[in-house]
Amino acid sequence: MGTGPGVLTDPVTTAVRGGVGDSPRRPDGTLKVTGEFAYSSDLWMDGMLWGLTLRSPHAHARVTRIETARALAVPGVFAVLTHEDVPGTNLYGLEIRDQPVLAADRVRYQGEPVALVAAEHPEAARRALDLVEVDFDPLPPVTDARESVHGTSPSLHPGGNVVRHVRIRHGDEHARADVVVTGDYEVGMQDQAFLGPESGLAVPSPDGGVDLYVATQWLHVDRDQVAAALGLAPELVRITLAGVGGAFGAREDLSIQVHACMLALRTRRAVKMVSSREESFFGHVHRHPARMRYEHGATRDGRLVYVKAETILDGGAYASSTPAVVTNAATLGAGPYDVPNVAIDCYGAYTNNPPCGAMRGFGAVQAAFAYESQMDRLAAVVGIDPVEIRIRNALTEGSRIATGQRVDSAAPVAELVRRVRDMPLPPSADGDLRAMPGGVANTTHGEGVRRGVGYAVGLKNVCFSAGFDDYSTARVVLEAVAGEPVVLVHTAAVEVGQGLVTLQAQIARTELGVARVTVATADTQVGGAGSTSASRQSYVTGGAVQAACRQVAEEVRRRAAERSGADPGALDLAGGKVVTRDGVPVADMADLLGDDRVERTVEWRHRPTSPIDPATGQGDAHVQLAFAAHRAVVDVDVELGLSSTGWCATRRSPTT
Amino acid sequence: MKVTCMVNGEERVADGVWAGESLLYVLRERLGLPGSKNACEQGECGSCTVYLDGLPVCSCLVAAGQAEGRVVVTVEGLSEGERLHPVQEAFVAAGAVQCGFCTPGLVVAAHDLLERDPDPSEADIREALAGNLCRCTGYEKIIEAVHVAARRRLPEGRREVG
Ligand code: FES
Ligand code: FES
Repeated sequence: MGTGPGVLTDPVTTAVRGGVGDSPRRPDGTLKVTGEFAYSSDLWMDGMLWGLTLRSPHAHARVTRIETARALAVPGVFAVLTHEDVPGTNLYGLEIRDQPVLAADRVRYQGEPVALVAAEHPEAARRALDLVEVDFDPLPPVTDARESVHGTSPSLHPGGNVVRHVRIRHGDEHARADVVVTGDYEVGMQDQAFLGPESGLAVPSPDGGVDLYVATQWLHVDRDQVAAALGLAPELVRITLAGVGGAFGAREDLSIQVHACMLALRTRRAVKMVSSREESFFGHVHRHPARMRYEHGATRDGRLVYVKAETILDGGAYASSTPAVVTNAATLGAGPYDVPNVAIDCYGAYTNNPPCGAMRGFGAVQAAFAYESQMDRLAAVVGIDPVEIRIRNALTEGSRIATGQRVDSAAPVAELVRRVRDMPLPPSADGDLRAMPGGVANTTHGEGVRRGVGYAVGLKNVCFSAGFDDYSTARVVLEAVAGEPVVLVHTAAVEVGQGLVTLQAQIARTELGVARVTVATADTQVGGAGSTSASRQSYVTGGAVQAACRQVAEEVRRRAAERSGADPGALDLAGGKVVTRDGVPVADMADLLGDDRVERTVEWRHRPTSPIDPATGQGDAHVQLAFAAHRAVVDVDVELGLSSTGWCATRRSPTT
Repeated sequence: MKVTCMVNGEERVADGVWAGESLLYVLRERLGLPGSKNACEQGECGSCTVYLDGLPVCSCLVAAGQAEGRVVVTVEGLSEGERLHPVQEAFVAAGAVQCGFCTPGLVVAAHDLLERDPDPSEADIREALAGNLCRCTGYEKIIEAVHVAARRRLPEGRREVG
């Protein structure tokens, strides 16, 4: 074979450790337990300024005057900016550009940004904020999403107050059934409350551009929105991911990004912005409150005949991801059940409430509360067990969901419910007050305490849906360092704590048979990776990393074949070597590479999805579905209404 | 004003401190120790937990001036050189770290618990960590990590099997 060193003749049989299937440690774990991991609020630069935002105290008002002179006169203040200072387009948004960077003549929610200050010390900035004079002329706020949908409230945006309406008609819209249950359900607003506040550092660069270090979920869409607002070419806005203290959807929209860059470009100094906890609640989107009217029809033995629903989601002042939330609440609105006839109307509305957008499982979660409450009612009316009614109607592989899409991968809904049911129940409090309702307040020793057990199942889409061009990009570099092959994986995919950095390295180890893998900090210097949301990064960026690694591997095999005369198709990479199918080494990767490097960049897509039909909501809108079953056990003191911490058992499929 | 205190075994001086600054701000922004976190800065989350004269406190609620002449230990001061403290080691090993923003505070709080009670029950752990919020993990792995750390620290004879 002409491979040279004798060491190469021993068969290589052990797969490299830390690959797919292993449980390697998080590469950032040590930094995180020692306090050395640099989160976006930890960034610091000599001479940097602190930026703060003035926000509207009114939910709806005309802005008639803004005066900044007194604020600018505060010692230590370097800039006070308003809408007049927005260099580019004063509008941004994830799907619809309808939200001002800084309010011009009207504010549409309490907390809307109106002015910015940069100062040497956060306290100087706070004092200056107090001295910015803004005259507001309050308008009556639109607070009822139902009125927005019915057209009985004043328009908040040029196109009216309906952001999106999705209509699902599957099977017979007029189907009738022997057993009918109806219910009205309401889900309130929720907040993601990630622990790391909105924060980042913007640094002006000599070329007139800006470098932004920020905690976010989607670097390229941030970049495009920031560039448009700054009036800069996208390549002059370079965004690098800083450490992210949780996200859960709340970082998918811009927060401080444009503001910090505007202040940095104006002052020519680095500017750091960090929201306080209170400001954070005003500074990001929340989960859409929902009002849902559901009607379920079933046979006398509890088999679903139809589901009819009207769902109204309150998107608040600006669109954010409301269109996608509406799509999910509608297309997943019948739940993980086989239902032959479905008629759902789902609306997203503009109001003057806080803007709502992405939060874990958006749309799917609101709908689940309604359809699962309905399933409990139906079980009671039919006279069967809540677990049994779910098993009886469970979706299976081959079933069709409300959009008519056939489920073409595993759908073990019934199995998941059985598994949570069969898990042992938690022990009763057994005299430990801390486990009793009321805790150490010593309100009960068990008398009056009843145990409730509830079940719920749900489904959600994995990856972006409805025809979105969903892709990720990975750059993979293989080279030899100190006689050892090493791999660099570079993507723009955001790690928010979920473990993507670990997974990217695992995939590279498995594909390339190389132990030493470094995952580069995510930034916009490589192609887009899409958002860290919709449960998509393991799938899409994982796919891109695998595809790029495979191209690198192909080149390595080609070189090894050229040198050894073997058939490249009969070679593998393992343990840092190129080996035959029997594990006999033909080349050492480091030798083979020498001073050269193999680098490949690949854009990877999952199979395409289709938009849904505007009249019927039918279409193969989702790539894949995930299912979950929960059992909650809660002890309640029925005399006092106190409950103990509940126990929640969960099973999911696929297990990701 | 000027604040002088012992931080992680070294005398440190912060100059030009504004009277309204917290110990957390001084550690993070003036002494180059951003390990203690600023998740709420109002005493709700425990992410800023440090030792002050041996007692765990929310450093966001301690005025900088109150630290004058006192002894502060932060998460940065728990490992012995390159070697992680068993609590830190257990948090990584048990998968108790996701985004990690809660981790420094939890590590200090768990460290304190095991100093006081080397073999805590699950209820004791939940009680001791009740002031520390985590939004990512659901707490199960954090509790497991404290169990793991306790087992590692216990003398051989007292270790549970498994
Ligand atoms: S930051 Fe101090 S308790 Fe939250
Ligand atoms: S790991 Fe993210 S808050 Fe705890």
